Amino acid sequence: MLLEVNNLNRRFGGLQAVSDVNFSVHPGMIKAVIGPNGAGKTTLFNLISGALPPSSGAIHFKGLPIHGLPPFRIAERGMARTYQNIKLCPGMTALENVMIGRHCRSRAGFISGMLNLPWTRREEIAIREKSLELLALLDIADLAEVEATSLAFGQQRAVEFARALAMEPELLLLDEPAAGLNIYETAEVARLISTINQRGITVLLVEHDMSLVMDISHEIVVLSFGQKIAEGTPAEIQHNSEVIKIYLGEDDA
Amino acid sequence: MTLELFSQYLLAGVTYGIIYAIVGIGFNIIYNTTGIINFAQGEFVMLGGMTAISLTQWLPLPLAIGAAVVVVMLIGALVEILFIRWLDRPSVLRMIIITIGISILIREAALHIWGDGVRSLPYFAGNEITTIQVLGARVSPQVLWVIGVCAVMVLALSLFFKYTLQGKKMQACAANRMAATLCGISTKNMVTLSFMLSAGIGALAGCVMSPITYTQYDIGTGLAIKGFTVAILGGLGSSMAAVTAGLLLGLIEAFSVSVVPLAFQDAIAITLLLAILFFRPHGLFGSKDAAGLKEF
Amino acid sequence: MKRHLPLALLVLTAIGVQQLTHATGTAFYLTPLTMAAYYSLVIVGLCLLMGYAGQISLGHAGFFAIGGYLSAMLTTRDLTPYQDNPVLVLLDKLGCTVTGQDMFGGAVLHVHPWAAFACAILITIAVAYGIGIPVLKLKGHYLAMATLGFGIIVYRLVLASPLFGEADGISEVPAFPLFPGLAVSGGFESRVSNYYLAWGMVACAMWLLANLIHSRVGRALRAIHGAEDATNAMGVNTARYKLNTFVISAVLAAVAGIFLTHYNGGIGPSEAGIMKSVRYVAIVAIGGMANLWGALVMGSLLNIMSLRGMFGSYDDAVFGLILIVIMLFAPRGLLGLSLPQGLKRLLKRGE
Repeated sequence: MLLEVNNLNRRFGGLQAVSDVNFSVHPGMIKAVIGPNGAGKTTLFNLISGALPPSSGAIHFKGLPIHGLPPFRIAERGMARTYQNIKLCPGMTALENVMIGRHCRSRAGFISGMLNLPWTRREEIAIREKSLELLALLDIADLAEVEATSLAFGQQRAVEFARALAMEPELLLLDEPAAGLNIYETAEVARLISTINQRGITVLLVEHDMSLVMDISHEIVVLSFGQKIAEGTPAEIQHNSEVIKIYLGEDDA
Repeated sequence: MTLELFSQYLLAGVTYGIIYAIVGIGFNIIYNTTGIINFAQGEFVMLGGMTAISLTQWLPLPLAIGAAVVVVMLIGALVEILFIRWLDRPSVLRMIIITIGISILIREAALHIWGDGVRSLPYFAGNEITTIQVLGARVSPQVLWVIGVCAVMVLALSLFFKYTLQGKKMQACAANRMAATLCGISTKNMVTLSFMLSAGIGALAGCVMSPITYTQYDIGTGLAIKGFTVAILGGLGSSMAAVTAGLLLGLIEAFSVSVVPLAFQDAIAITLLLAILFFRPHGLFGSKDAAGLKEF
Repeated sequence: MKRHLPLALLVLTAIGVQQLTHATGTAFYLTPLTMAAYYSLVIVGLCLLMGYAGQISLGHAGFFAIGGYLSAMLTTRDLTPYQDNPVLVLLDKLGCTVTGQDMFGGAVLHVHPWAAFACAILITIAVAYGIGIPVLKLKGHYLAMATLGFGIIVYRLVLASPLFGEADGISEVPAFPLFPGLAVSGGFESRVSNYYLAWGMVACAMWLLANLIHSRVGRALRAIHGAEDATNAMGVNTARYKLNTFVISAVLAAVAGIFLTHYNGGIGPSEAGIMKSVRYVAIVAIGGMANLWGALVMGSLLNIMSLRGMFGSYDDAVFGLILIVIMLFAPRGLLGLSLPQGLKRLLKRGE
């Protein structure tokens, strides 16, 4: 089991944002978390990636507990994420943003960086090459030297994607990768996620776009008001009466 | 400790404490409408004292003080209009540096106008050696003036915020600037008003304290640090808690005189400030959840 | 290497200026030039902290003073009364002490400047870590006030401690013999060598810092400045990076304090004052925050002008005014505004 979430809880004052959620992610699969707005999906992601500490419950990644660890420790262990409202570093080029992703796969420190030792120079060249490769994979190699935050929305998304891939993660968390994209771009994202998955990266994604989720994911978890109400294959979820109820409303409503 | 000594310390603590509270409230008024910490807050206090001292050459004392407060309020408005008003969503770092620059300019201007000597206003009643008996201690009647005037200011401010339309508008800006704008409140004018108000109360405090604490061109920084300590101690943005916090700091300082050498007096407030910032940045009385919404 | 171009320019300028003063018989300019070099060390360190890691410090004069004062105190205080103290005996054995004569010919015992240097730097590092760990958790106004508070405490301590000479400061600080043939001192005959020593140190610091900001660490620092959460999620230990940067800039300030104190033969409380800290911040702002070379150029120019007394009694006012004007009209710094395009591109390429 790559990721295991057990009895996870998170409260904000009186609001129970995530309530007793349990699920697990097998290595190699694409798993999606869906649910109406305010169901606690992004909070769940923030808990898994360490941006928020859980109120109670446990999260295990590769068999080791990661709840309570700071985000950078979790990243070092092989988990990468993207954000719903893209978080690129302003004032840095697209290439530099991707190079940040190589941080946990390289090791030059303060001293060696200041002295610019031969091995740090070699490492820096390797970081640059790998990052350019990823930009090429995402078809944005020509934008390498453009300031990242000045790019078009879809392109920024691609840069953020490349940055996450640069970390060579075992598990990739995608927070609404198709938000704000048109249907062609969404189809492109779907293809990309499948490609990444075929390369051996496990994907956990939060998404609103049902067609995307149903097309590519192997398993789906449905959240509503912080609680898990269903889990299963896309076909099972499509026929689950609970899920239909929360998405289409109650019959007598 | 004898009762007389105790009362002496107590009164000294309350006197200084209430002045710190006024400076702290000045910070809060501007912080609430703008989200800015005005590093030039202490300079308003200095300017109030200095201007009144100069004006006493031509005017009777009460008029001189009144005129000084008006002048400093105008300076406050001028500072806001010249340096703050037209900036479009400036970063916090930029605002910190700008208000520090303003405080330096005011201080240097004061140095060139009034010199580096120590000045003071005459006592409001009696002279240096007049004393009255309070709680078994002999103190200058000026102490009562300071406490009285500052207490009235605090009361007036709380009434102003609670019952007047302008005060409510300012409260609205503090609660939610965007919503206030949508309700037709000119937030820009509210910001100018908040600068005038906090300059005015600072100046008045600067006048009443001048006879006992004296006024010098560089007293601003020390007062600003203490006022900020008080504002943080009470929880930034909460004016009434600043009064409690101010009195607390004043009393701690006064009673520590017997333990800590005078030269290290200022270090007490700063140590307290650092301790608060490290352990409870949302203040002694502030709530942690509410503070989470502010930018530390 | 492109980034070495400005470094070469710096070295050439330093040599050119010295030759010019030699040719025109204006060697007295070398003294303010040397002092400006040491202040520039503080400024480029602060530039790394403010511009790249995005953390303001209004207390850097405090670190300068810790370095300068500790070195001055240790090298001037007569330790003869403690001669039998085991610690001192040990120091003596290690060769960390020097004996000299006071003005009446009596024997006095001092700590050797190198030992004092090591001690001052170690204490600076300890203080920087001790202050930095809690302080750097704060942001914005809180960070500014906390560092300001630290600066004021240092100022009050030196002003109130007889050990540090109270309002008079410490004078008659001896020369600092770095190695045979070169000592840090303000003597007339060593003016040229000290000038080159100071600017050599600046060049060294610039080389190290320029390397750093172009390394993996520098990239991480700039990323922290822009988007701290996301950078942390990329595997950057943001707290430790900020802390290390804080300590590096503190050490640079302390080194500057130590060398300038030995060069001037003394140090006074004004070096620890708030105005000094604010001045360093002002110069970094004028240089354009995230622009090491801008900070160096502006720092040297303004410090030389100030040391030559060009601003008269308006010295502090000038820096206050510069601070406001730059922040109002050119928050990216003077160099970001007015340089001709060609030169700007050149500087950019050098970064």
